[in-house]
Amino acid sequence: MDIKRRQFLKVAGLSTIAGLGAPAAFNLLLKGGPDTVSYASSGGEAEASHEAAPTGVRLGMVIDQRVFDANKGLAQKCTTACHTVHNVPNFGNKKDEIKWIFEVPFEKAFTGKSQYHKNKNLEDSSFLVLCNHCDNPPCVRACPTKATFKRKDGIVAMDYHRCIGCRFCMAACPYGMRSFNWRDPRPFIDQKTHNKEFPTRMRGVVEKCNFCVDRLARGQQPACVEACGNTGAMTFGDLNDSHSEIVKLLDNNFTIQRKPSLGTNPSVFYIV
Amino acid sequence: MYDGKYIIPGLIVFVALMTFPIWKNMGNAGIVPKPEKPVGVTKCVESAQYMRTSHMKLLDDWRDETLRDGDRTPVEVDGVKYEKSLMNGCLKCHTDKKKFCDECHVYASVKPYCWDCHYVPKETF
Repeated sequence: MDIKRRQFLKVAGLSTIAGLGAPAAFNLLLKGGPDTVSYASSGGEAEASHEAAPTGVRLGMVIDQRVFDANKGLAQKCTTACHTVHNVPNFGNKKDEIKWIFEVPFEKAFTGKSQYHKNKNLEDSSFLVLCNHCDNPPCVRACPTKATFKRKDGIVAMDYHRCIGCRFCMAACPYGMRSFNWRDPRPFIDQKTHNKEFPTRMRGVVEKCNFCVDRLARGQQPACVEACGNTGAMTFGDLNDSHSEIVKLLDNNFTIQRKPSLGTNPSVFYIV
Repeated sequence: MYDGKYIIPGLIVFVALMTFPIWKNMGNAGIVPKPEKPVGVTKCVESAQYMRTSHMKLLDDWRDETLRDGDRTPVEVDGVKYEKSLMNGCLKCHTDKKKFCDECHVYASVKPYCWDCHYVPKETF
C-alpha cells in the first residue's frame, strides 16, 4: 500500500462525513421532513393520530340515557352484573372502593358543559360511566411497563401480571375510571356469586373495565349490555362498520362524549 | 502445639458435626416429588419433558397471545381442544393443585404468584 498519511486522513474524513450524513439526508428527502418526536412508545398505533381510525375494528358503546331515565334501577343492575362477572371486591368504604362501571350525576360525567339553568331532566338523572377505551389513550402512554395497552380492536386492556402499581395511569386518565387495589381484594369478593372462570386481582395493581374481552371472545355481549336486555339502553359494536347497529344509532342521534376537547377520542357515546 | 490433646479432638468433633448433613444423606437422593397425573388423560398439550422444564414459558406465551394478540384459538391435541388458560385450561385436567403443582414447587422452593389472582379448583378462599 503506497498511501501517504495526508491522503489517508482525507479519505477517512470524507467517508465519515458521508456515513453520518447520508442516512439523515435520505430520511429528510424521502419522508419530506424531519420525523415528529416519538415519545416512549407504549401504544403503537394508539398514539399515532388524534383522529378515529378509519379502517379496522374499533369497538365502542352507545349509552341511551333516555332509557336509563325511564327505567330507574337499570343502571344499578348493570353495575351489579359487571362487578359480579369480574369479581370486583366490595370493601364497604369509599376510600378503597374499586369500580369498573358506576353512576355519577351529569355535571361529574360531563364537566365541560355549562351548568347554568340545567335541564330539568338532568337534575335527577345519573349517568353510567366506564372506561372510555379511548382511541388515543393517555393511560397507555403513561404506563412504564406496558401493562396497559391498546388492542387492535380498540379495547384498552390490562395485563395485571405486568402492573407494578405505580398508578401513573390513574393520574393520566382524565376520566378517573381506574381503581387501585390498596388491600388484598380476595376476602372482599362475595363467595356466593363470584365467577370461577375469571381471576381476581391482587393487592397493588390497578384495574378497570376491559369491555369484557373474555366474553367477546366467547361470542357474548359485555355483561352490562347483557344486563340491559332488549331495552336498548346500551349498544355495543364496531364503530367502523357502517352496517352495525351502533353506527345507525350514531347516525340518527345526537350523541356526546366525555371531555372530547382533550383529544383522547372516547369510544363511549351518550344519547342525552 | 500447646493443648493439642484438646484442640485436635475438638476440631474433629466440629468437622464431624458440620458435615453431618452430607454423610447422613450420602447416596440418598431425598424425597423425589411425585406430581399426581390426572386420571383418564394420557396426553398434555406438549410432551411431558417439555412441560416439566418449560410450562412457565408456555403459560407466559399463552397469556400474551390471548390478552395482547386476542388469539384465543384452543390448542388441539389428538382432536381434543384445550383452552389457552390456566384456570379454564390446565386446571380442568389437573384438578388438584396440592398434589400436582405444589408437589414440585415446594420441592424446588419456588413460589409462583399464580394463585394470588387465579382460582384453584374447588377453592374456598
